[in-house]
Amino acid sequence: METNAQFPLSRRDLLIASASSAAASAVPVSAATPPDAVPSPVRAPVRLSVNGSAHDLDLDTRTTLLDALREHLHLTGTKKGCDHGQCGACTVLVDGRRVVSCLSLAVMHQGAQVTTIEGLGTPAAPHPLQTAFVQHDGYQCGYCTPGQICSAVGALDELRRGAPSHASADIVAQPMLSAEELRERMSGNLCRCGAYSNIVDAITEVAEAKA
Amino acid sequence: MKPFSYERVTSPAQAAAAVASQPGAKFIAGGTNLLDLMKLQIEAPAHLVDVNGIGMDTLEPTPQGGLRIGALVRNSDLAAHPRVRRDYGVLTRALVAGASGQLRNMATTGGNLLQRTRCPYFYDTNTPCNKRQPGSGCSALGGFSRQLAVIGGSAECIATHPSDMAVAMRVLDASVETVRADGATRVIPIADFHRLPGNTPHIETALQPDELITAVTLPAPVGGTHVYRKVRDRASYAFALVSVAAIVQRDGTGRVALGGVAPRPWRVEAAEAALPQGAQAVAERLLAGARPTHENAFKLPLAERTLAAALSQARS
Repeated sequence: METNAQFPLSRRDLLIASASSAAASAVPVSAATPPDAVPSPVRAPVRLSVNGSAHDLDLDTRTTLLDALREHLHLTGTKKGCDHGQCGACTVLVDGRRVVSCLSLAVMHQGAQVTTIEGLGTPAAPHPLQTAFVQHDGYQCGYCTPGQICSAVGALDELRRGAPSHASADIVAQPMLSAEELRERMSGNLCRCGAYSNIVDAITEVAEAKA
Repeated sequence: MKPFSYERVTSPAQAAAAVASQPGAKFIAGGTNLLDLMKLQIEAPAHLVDVNGIGMDTLEPTPQGGLRIGALVRNSDLAAHPRVRRDYGVLTRALVAGASGQLRNMATTGGNLLQRTRCPYFYDTNTPCNKRQPGSGCSALGGFSRQLAVIGGSAECIATHPSDMAVAMRVLDASVETVRADGATRVIPIADFHRLPGNTPHIETALQPDELITAVTLPAPVGGTHVYRKVRDRASYAFALVSVAAIVQRDGTGRVALGGVAPRPWRVEAAEAALPQGAQAVAERLLAGARPTHENAFKLPLAERTLAAALSQARS
């Protein structure tokens, strides 16, 4: 029989083990698990200012900023994509800086000023980036768009403040506004529809208007 | 995520004391790595001590002409600081080569040093991993090891350290300042900060559980041309397959360290004597004793070529 040092169980052993664990699973969980192995949820208060309104929340400490916004404040414009900080769909501005709200606990933002896509503009008075995304077709399905726009607000602010990027030829000089710079600075926001070129056009238009 | 209690602290000593007094407690700063691992139950702290309110978030010149970087300085602020851009360009270059704009706004200097490997088996809780579960075995040996270490690993673990910043810190001879619950402070040279896995791959740094990083100090600038060159699977927002941090002087001498190839930033000071002879001579000494897997043997020629490109960039 073939054996594997890393997986000492043979296929047959595994089948036997699975069968016996299937039988064991009928036993109530409480009988098999000591009660102290299942810690109870812990709650904590936090005050957040979101889009200019103060909110006093009492949250399970595990609640991410993203879930606090979506599930507790019902601001569903901010999207949950990967929930692991890899896609950027949950990007919001905290004290004016872009962050991924899925990799931050709500309780870590006591007193912070949070701006979500709902706080940037309204259908009647959209933010210039919202208008530009519509005009340039900077999306197809739209799921990544709130994160893209919040990220672009942060990225343009970073560019204006002169923060260097991987695309900057000279890290001491004020960075240039270029498609290469914008693509690099927006690389934390994935768009599976592939609207990237139009996203860059939309952001460029707004950046040039402000310059 | 497992439930945990949570507290905010306002000083480094209070933070260390809080972690020491609670079993299973951990510090949290940016949270970009810890929270990710908690969601996967790879980390399951019973208590979190939030150190974001302890200060330690500024950069100050040192009396020796260097720079003391508070542990809570965010990666984006460190990269953009005028003195870092001017005098420690390899550090700015390494920082902006890592993660995304959002993550750099969150991640801290101390946390960046402490981030854990992105080995796929460390992340896959259904497979053995000596780092995640000591004694369970290493799935990467003989497994999917394209991203993993070619040198410095052991029969127990071939995980790589994922940081770009740490590679620059290594070439800059940075020191890590810490404090413990009893108030004791110490300074750990970056060369001694990250441990090789040996037969204890779950122990990754020289830190004690209640020991908090308060600052990272850079010696006075050494001049030269600073280069950080990173090779990865996509142009941005990906971990290094191989990276090179280099500081090259006009006379051809200098310092180099590699990222993406070892469990810690890989620098061999003795190899640097070969810098005037070129990349091949340096790479031979730097990677002597490498034990790549079938899947990551490409990193050896890639490291040499990336080094050659970095040296050529520095001299142009």
